[in-house]
Amino acid sequence: MSVGEQYQVVIGLEVHVELATRTKAFCSCPVAFGAPPNTLVCPVCLGLPGALPVVNERAVEYAVRAGLALNCHIAATSLFARKNYFYPDLPKGYQITQYESPLASGGQIEFAAGGEQHRVGITRVHLEEDTGKLVHQPGGGSLVDFNRCGVPLLEIVSEPDIRSAEEARLYLQELRTLLLFTGISDVRMEEGSLRCDANISLRAAGGPPGTLVEVKNMNSFRSVKLALEHEAARQARLLSAGERIVRETRHWDETRGITFSSRSKEEAHDYRYFPEPDLPPLALDPGYVERVRAALPELPAARRERLQRQYGLPPYDAGVLTATPQLGDFFEGCARLHPDAKTVSNWLLGDVLRILNETRREIQDSPLTPAALSRVLGLIDAGTISGRTAKPLLEELVRAGGDPDQLAVKLGLLQISDEAALQATVDEVVRACPEVAADFRAGKEKALTFLVGQVMKRTAGRANPQLVNRLLRERLAGGTPGGGQGGGQGGGRS
Amino acid sequence: MDVLDLSARQLAAAIARRELRAVDAARAYLDAIAAADGEVRAYLRVTPDRALADATAVDAGIERGVAAPPLGGVPAAVKDNMCTLGVETNCGSRVLAGFVPPYESTATSRLWQAGAALLGKTNLDEFAMGSSTENSGFFKTRNPRDRGTVPGGSSGGSAAAVAAGEALLALGSDTGGSVRQPAALCGVVGMKPTYGRVSRWGLIAFASSLDVIGTLTRDVGDCALALGVIAGHDPRDATCAASPVPDFLAALEAGEAGAAGVRIGVPREYLGPGIEPAVRDAVTRAVGVLEAAGAGVDECSLPHTEHALAAYYIVAPAEASSNLARYDGVRFGHRAAAGGDLYDMYCWTRGEGFGPEVKRRIMLGTFALASGYYDAYYRKAQQVRALVARDFAAAFARFDVLAAPTSPTVAFPLGSRAGDPLAMYMSDALTIPANLAGIPAISVPCAADGLPVGLQLLGPAFSEALLLRVGHAYERAAGTTFSRARAAGRETPRGREGGTGR
Repeated sequence: MSVGEQYQVVIGLEVHVELATRTKAFCSCPVAFGAPPNTLVCPVCLGLPGALPVVNERAVEYAVRAGLALNCHIAATSLFARKNYFYPDLPKGYQITQYESPLASGGQIEFAAGGEQHRVGITRVHLEEDTGKLVHQPGGGSLVDFNRCGVPLLEIVSEPDIRSAEEARLYLQELRTLLLFTGISDVRMEEGSLRCDANISLRAAGGPPGTLVEVKNMNSFRSVKLALEHEAARQARLLSAGERIVRETRHWDETRGITFSSRSKEEAHDYRYFPEPDLPPLALDPGYVERVRAALPELPAARRERLQRQYGLPPYDAGVLTATPQLGDFFEGCARLHPDAKTVSNWLLGDVLRILNETRREIQDSPLTPAALSRVLGLIDAGTISGRTAKPLLEELVRAGGDPDQLAVKLGLLQISDEAALQATVDEVVRACPEVAADFRAGKEKALTFLVGQVMKRTAGRANPQLVNRLLRERLAGGTPGGGQGGGQGGGRS
Repeated sequence: MDVLDLSARQLAAAIARRELRAVDAARAYLDAIAAADGEVRAYLRVTPDRALADATAVDAGIERGVAAPPLGGVPAAVKDNMCTLGVETNCGSRVLAGFVPPYESTATSRLWQAGAALLGKTNLDEFAMGSSTENSGFFKTRNPRDRGTVPGGSSGGSAAAVAAGEALLALGSDTGGSVRQPAALCGVVGMKPTYGRVSRWGLIAFASSLDVIGTLTRDVGDCALALGVIAGHDPRDATCAASPVPDFLAALEAGEAGAAGVRIGVPREYLGPGIEPAVRDAVTRAVGVLEAAGAGVDECSLPHTEHALAAYYIVAPAEASSNLARYDGVRFGHRAAAGGDLYDMYCWTRGEGFGPEVKRRIMLGTFALASGYYDAYYRKAQQVRALVARDFAAAFARFDVLAAPTSPTVAFPLGSRAGDPLAMYMSDALTIPANLAGIPAISVPCAADGLPVGLQLLGPAFSEALLLRVGHAYERAAGTTFSRARAAGRETPRGREGGTGR
């Protein structure tokens, strides 16, 4: 990055998360995506005269859960407030939010990345309602869809503790994982259930804080990183040229890779916040908060640590397995059924994740079960299939599911551990490759690898490699086909 | 016996005993409206079909032997700021003209469940902002006791309808006195319950932290009956209290205690300069009647009273400026025909739709909430509000009930304060403190002759039963009875036909 040593980048993020409640924040309309426009509405979320809001208890519980997961202080009493402004997607002419007394404040997130420990303070967490959506018509004019209006949102504001675009991305990643574990949202940035705005400024070494610029319209983790890198470089360029940074809001243009100023006539907004008179102060007694705390699931940091301790996994494995709660659950489900946790982790992080990525699925969306994966590993251990033939079996299980034993037979993947059957192939290969056989006899160990490969090729990968190895050594040592009485015993069992 | 002379209690009882059919009572009231409302203009909308249908349903139930509901067949009017399913509700504003709510307010739905019949929706100052009903976006209502004067406001239509015998009871709303002051000026009983006693679900908001639905009735007994029907918890209003609702009427009918032993405080700030002599005399005499009936009376002080009006005119407009933002022409009500962009649509819609008083308050409230002014105005006003509430708390440590005039003046001539908003605002100087403190208050007619005067009784939160008991004791001791305003021209509310004022 061209910002160099001259300036320190100072970033704070404002994240909005859609809560996965069944109903809206202040009425009982269902929360759902993709319904026909204006079918999930009622007098309350349409702002009809005389309608009144009532707080969704589940939304409050989710907000408390998030606050606790972010190590925040939960306010015994918080206040709802009205944020007043005119816009067609805001039917009441104000948004119910929290202003002076948020539900949670003073928290922090800690995480390790790139060998460094990071700590980002959480200024506040509060509950508010989403707006509707404007649908601009190609021929001019706009339509409003109020289905989203009143969906509960959590606003999570970080301290300006973030020092680079990459750290911003890591913070967001960690926040997303944390929220996934609390189960309060599906936090999909691409679907808008997680949205992020940033405040970014540059500070000359030892100098006063720089002028804040707000960056909006970043729709993926990648675009957060790109937008902030771009914006830091832009500000550095201006400052180095002796110019002034303007306090403004800028939009990220993903296709052009730039931020642009989005000042409009509404810029000088005065939201005239005041306490929402339709809702009494939100009082949470300590017993309630403690009950929510006690019901919190294990959070990512704790699980990462436990996976290392309990299963002896390296930090990398523990980190990947903690990306979603389901992945870790899956791992633990397998590890209970299979004696070697590291082998489970290797297969899960290797082939299973690869196949999931190829099919664009999460582990919970696949028919593969922990029992099936551990059975596959058991089949490998038993020599019934080889590590190589396990791959097509896993492909099938991840995509379509099924019984591993039956599938292995059906797909013709069973390992050949029958000595008599393999002896013939070994003889063929030795006959077909006299030079290589001679090399081995002359002491070239590597030549054997080639010969094993040839046997595997002729058996479509199904031959038991250990057995092939032994048979080849016996054959090349001058033994007769079928020789070595005890050989069959060791055959498939290792 | 004239059906129109029966109280709500008597009428419901007669219908329950099958001495009278609800549908005939409804017809009698519709006829009374037809006869008088051309001049009084209490109603924005009369709903004869609905009234007859409601009444027919009550009659049918009684035919079938179903127990008669408490308001079975009582013809009622509703201030037009309460949503009525399928019946236009425009809040006296052109911005909401033609708005037909797809849902029913809680208070009115409880009326219908109790067997009341909807006669129609009554006139009001636009969005309940005013003290004379002259700010209606449609027409002015006249005081049936003296048709050259205002009925008070903002529930002027409801008060006038009850006073004129065009409705047997009516609902109003009271944000700064809008039930009590028109009740006083029209010579009927007006109750503003404790904030949270009656659900606000479906009440079109003016100032949410002050708005309370109340009743306008002929006497205190009917008030107890109606309040018992509409009061009580509602899960759709987060500010509605869970506190249980006593049987107000049964308590009145059973209790012979009357005013005996009740400690009554008379706040000196409520009888100071600016109170018309006729009002001061009538209220002083009324307090004397209660004292003679066994109440202990002493003077007291509510020292922050003089600041209440100013605090109210910050808090109420501030909330109103936000509550009225939804009238933007996007989803319902008026939308300006003028072209242009979104901003133009907002400006023209609101410019055309709102009347001058509403615009004045939206601007007042917008300024009061503006950043940089918030602490000096809104926050300060909330502090004053707390002090006003503290005054009451201190007074209620010594007294059970406070007695005062409801309005500083009797009904004033139509148009006499129209150009002077401050003079108009003073009309509510004695009613506003109860709204700021959230406490209940009732206005009971107390003039011996001349234009009506209201005796205001104020009590601690959820003391409605006590206020009804004292109000009822006053009615009995003073021998007042309700009489309908009938002839055109000036008329006294009581005493002439039905007994003496004292």
